[in-house]
Amino acid sequence: MTDTDILVEVRDLKVHFPITRGVIFDRTVGHVKAVDGVDLRIPRGKTYGLVGESGCGKSTLGRALLQLTPPTAGQVVFDGVELTTLPAGRLRTMRRRMQMIFQDPMSSLDPRQNVESILTEGLQTHGIGTDRNDRRRIIGETLDAVGLPRWALSRYPHEFSGGQRQRIGIARALVLGPELIVADEPVSALDVSIQAQVVNLLDELQDSLGLTYLVIAHDLAVVRHISDVVGVMYLGALVEEAPSDRLYREPLHPYTRALMSAVPVPDPDVEDRRERILLAGDLPSPANPPSGCRFHTRCPWAQPTRCADERPALRPVGASRVACHWAEQIAGGELRPHAVSAEVVRPEGEGEAPGVVSAPSEPGSYV
Amino acid sequence: MALLEVDDLSVTFTRRGQRPVRAVDGVSFSVDAGEVVGLVGESGCGKSVTSLAIMGLLPRQPGLRIGGKAVFDGTDLLQLDDRSRRDIRGRDVAMVFQDPLSSLNPVIPIGLQVTEVLTRHRGMKGAEAGREAARLLDRVGIPDPKRRLKEYPHQLSGGMRQRALIAMAVACKPRLLIADEPTTALDVTIQAQILELLKELVRDSGTALVMITHDLGVVAGLCDTINVLYAGRVVETARRRPLFRQPRHPYTVGLLGSVPRLDAGRGERLNPIPGSVRDVLPWPDGCAFAPRCSRRVDECVGEPPEMVLTHDGRGYRCVNPAPLPGVTPAADVRATAPTAAEPGPVPAQAVPDDPPPAPGLGPAPHEEEQP
Amino acid sequence: MTIAPGKKKQKIDRLAELAARDDERGVSLWREAFRRLRRNPAAIVGAAILAVFVIVAVVGPFLAPYSPSDTIGIREGLIRPGVIPGADGDHWLGYDHQGRDEFSRLIVGARQTLLVGVVSTLIGLAVGALIGGVAGAAAGLGGRWGRWLDSTLMRFIDMMLAMPSLLLAVSIAALLGASLTTVMIAVGVVSVPVFARLLRGSMISQANSDYVLAATSLGVRKPKIALTHVVPNSLAPVIVQATLTLATAIIEAAALSFLGLGNPDTSVPEWGVMLAEAQQYLDIRPGLAVYPALAIIVTALGFTLLGEAMREALDPKLRK
Repeated sequence: MTDTDILVEVRDLKVHFPITRGVIFDRTVGHVKAVDGVDLRIPRGKTYGLVGESGCGKSTLGRALLQLTPPTAGQVVFDGVELTTLPAGRLRTMRRRMQMIFQDPMSSLDPRQNVESILTEGLQTHGIGTDRNDRRRIIGETLDAVGLPRWALSRYPHEFSGGQRQRIGIARALVLGPELIVADEPVSALDVSIQAQVVNLLDELQDSLGLTYLVIAHDLAVVRHISDVVGVMYLGALVEEAPSDRLYREPLHPYTRALMSAVPVPDPDVEDRRERILLAGDLPSPANPPSGCRFHTRCPWAQPTRCADERPALRPVGASRVACHWAEQIAGGELRPHAVSAEVVRPEGEGEAPGVVSAPSEPGSYV
Repeated sequence: MALLEVDDLSVTFTRRGQRPVRAVDGVSFSVDAGEVVGLVGESGCGKSVTSLAIMGLLPRQPGLRIGGKAVFDGTDLLQLDDRSRRDIRGRDVAMVFQDPLSSLNPVIPIGLQVTEVLTRHRGMKGAEAGREAARLLDRVGIPDPKRRLKEYPHQLSGGMRQRALIAMAVACKPRLLIADEPTTALDVTIQAQILELLKELVRDSGTALVMITHDLGVVAGLCDTINVLYAGRVVETARRRPLFRQPRHPYTVGLLGSVPRLDAGRGERLNPIPGSVRDVLPWPDGCAFAPRCSRRVDECVGEPPEMVLTHDGRGYRCVNPAPLPGVTPAADVRATAPTAAEPGPVPAQAVPDDPPPAPGLGPAPHEEEQP
Repeated sequence: MTIAPGKKKQKIDRLAELAARDDERGVSLWREAFRRLRRNPAAIVGAAILAVFVIVAVVGPFLAPYSPSDTIGIREGLIRPGVIPGADGDHWLGYDHQGRDEFSRLIVGARQTLLVGVVSTLIGLAVGALIGGVAGAAAGLGGRWGRWLDSTLMRFIDMMLAMPSLLLAVSIAALLGASLTTVMIAVGVVSVPVFARLLRGSMISQANSDYVLAATSLGVRKPKIALTHVVPNSLAPVIVQATLTLATAIIEAAALSFLGLGNPDTSVPEWGVMLAEAQQYLDIRPGLAVYPALAIIVTALGFTLLGEAMREALDPKLRK
């Protein structure tokens, strides 16, 4: 793989959100390290799948990559252009080439805009199309590509079903003719029978338009299905990265193994036969991550040395990259899993802690 | 005699100025003691309304009509007055919901909420109830249970809350537990923990479990019998192996073909069901699934298909079911050919003869170890 | 079977093709809300009450059988100390304490009452929406100065909220002297914090929504996002609140008039003033207090019914 094939390169990306307290003056009392040092490269025309549980920072990584959430440190190089230091005006121009698809097709569409207005907005912003007719032609072609009828143009989002709304969201991204599409949980809000339609559509679009995808999802089966390379995230960092097939055949990191064994397979024979690695306890808080290897508090293979005090770097093992000190020994069967007692993990504030991490840092920031 | 026998249950909502909505339209199934029964379907198929109707938890409102029977151990739950229903609820039949945070009272410590159940149904008091509550939390895998008793729901994580809720549900050793999407709000690794816990509880205490979910993977590893619902009716019922090996109803076939499988390779196209769950035909006019069905024939329209029962306890509501492997389709499809071009590769992701070993877990996971 | 199978088959085919009706336009949210509003009996009743109220306010002077300032009762010697005559054939609701026709005063007073309600609500809405809009936009644009501006404005609003509303109105009225304008300003100022907080909160929650993020990722400029997406989507609750505020504004204006801070010129009738004047004669003619009070209550009810129905119609949770 030569360097020219790489469309996106992320180097040591960090996104830390300040935790503030105070009535009148905000004091920073700590940081949620949503993304804490991620390196990855996405080859042109391929799909990179990012998988992890809620709160692992995968959505934040996707947004930071598109500069929708300002990164704290690190670099994002898109087709040779460093995005983190780009002036606002040039960044806006660049946005034409990198688009996003959202999880919830209802909330990501302005309820007051009809489909035509939704699709025209981007075209106008970037001055694509010579006149109204030309824009209509582009929009019509996009509707055909995502499988929506022409009469959809005058309709409003609430008049469509979930699957059709997601197609509108895809059309909005597609109409600008982007090279990279970041899809954040593109199917998880949809019904099972509709998920397959959208997954197939994404596949077909990639084939016909040569798109590059970064697909972010919690569902390992979906990610594995559409990705060429899969990265597994845990508490703000990649723990393993491998070609899709290899990840399934030979998971190296203990967390990948546990994740893999937890995904239900709709097949009674597989379900009965396979052994489960049940992780003890919950995901630790990203505001106060464990020392050393972040997974060591729940890892069935954790060792008394190194794991608790030395953070493992992502290193190549075969065709994979893995962040585990003992990957070879675990793979070779020298180390055996042991029981782990669960630690109590406190949710942050009210309700679900992980929500804190994927939300933007400032209230109401439409940066 | 089954523990719970639901017979022709229907729930109709009528709103002023709108057509009545038949959320549940003649659902029948039964649950034997100690059995795990799955109700599977997509949004709007009526699976949750079914469970709420059985439990008598649908909000009383004008325009709500419940018909049919739900006989639990000889008593029809739908005919009970509030008092006796409350007695049965919690003691003999308990329920676990999808969202543990909103199912727990936020201003009352967990311990008090558990002991409340013990006091109400088992007459336990004071220290005895406290000890039993701690034992229950320990049983569902909550670490340091004594201290947890004094804590409030918001101090626990999502998985721990769901465990606490399960502890309350099993506090009185109910004979039937209804779990409505108990793991949908949880992460995969936490889901695996909760499913394992439910399995253990069923195995150890002989409690029957009705598992309501949209996830075919969840039922594959858990349920003995599975009912697939579509538009308010059961369209297929079968033991789990036959259902996954040889689905007969085209909707079941479609659902199985829609799910990306962890053990399938990259690049295989999925076989989605066209259209959306909104495109239904009203049951009296024919098969509700017909507008989306790839095996549609003329007989699908006109009157609702009857449930066809076969010798091995299976049933499907279809006039042109997917053929069994080894049977030529023509023999099965009575005289009429499908109108749609291709019925599709039927059991879309048929179980391979030798499924690949699960990752890193089989007896010899490293045959293909690279140098 | 009632329908021929062929027809039914067509029906299915139509469903299978997702029922394309290209001739029909899409239904926007506002039209959808209006449709729902029309089906709500509360909205119909509220709208009917308000229609009558507005018509009376506009054409009132032409409808009134007598001049509202003509002291007929005194001229004809019907008013004596301790006696205020009730209804007779020509005067349906009798006379007030100065011998003026009560029915005519009630009808003509509708205009003043409507004017006070509408103008004071508009004052509150304009100032409140301005402060709230600026604060919301500042919070949304973020940055150190944005946050500073937002919290400064909001602390100011909190201070206004901390004062009892009637006390605030009384002090303003006392400061500016008693007049109709004073009443409008006072009542308007009281409703400023409500509108400001509502719009700001609404804008911030809209600014956090995915479609704003989507617009950002399209490359749309921040001010344009604020104007085309955030503000229009934040207006619905503010409009509902304005309708509800009209009801309270009429009551508060009446209360201020009752306290003697209203228009000193009683030749122009206004329901609140009429109510205030009637208090001295409660033991002789309680009717004089009952009629304007009823008029105020029914009108306020009309606004409240319509406002609540609009809230229901615009509620995103009820949207399908």
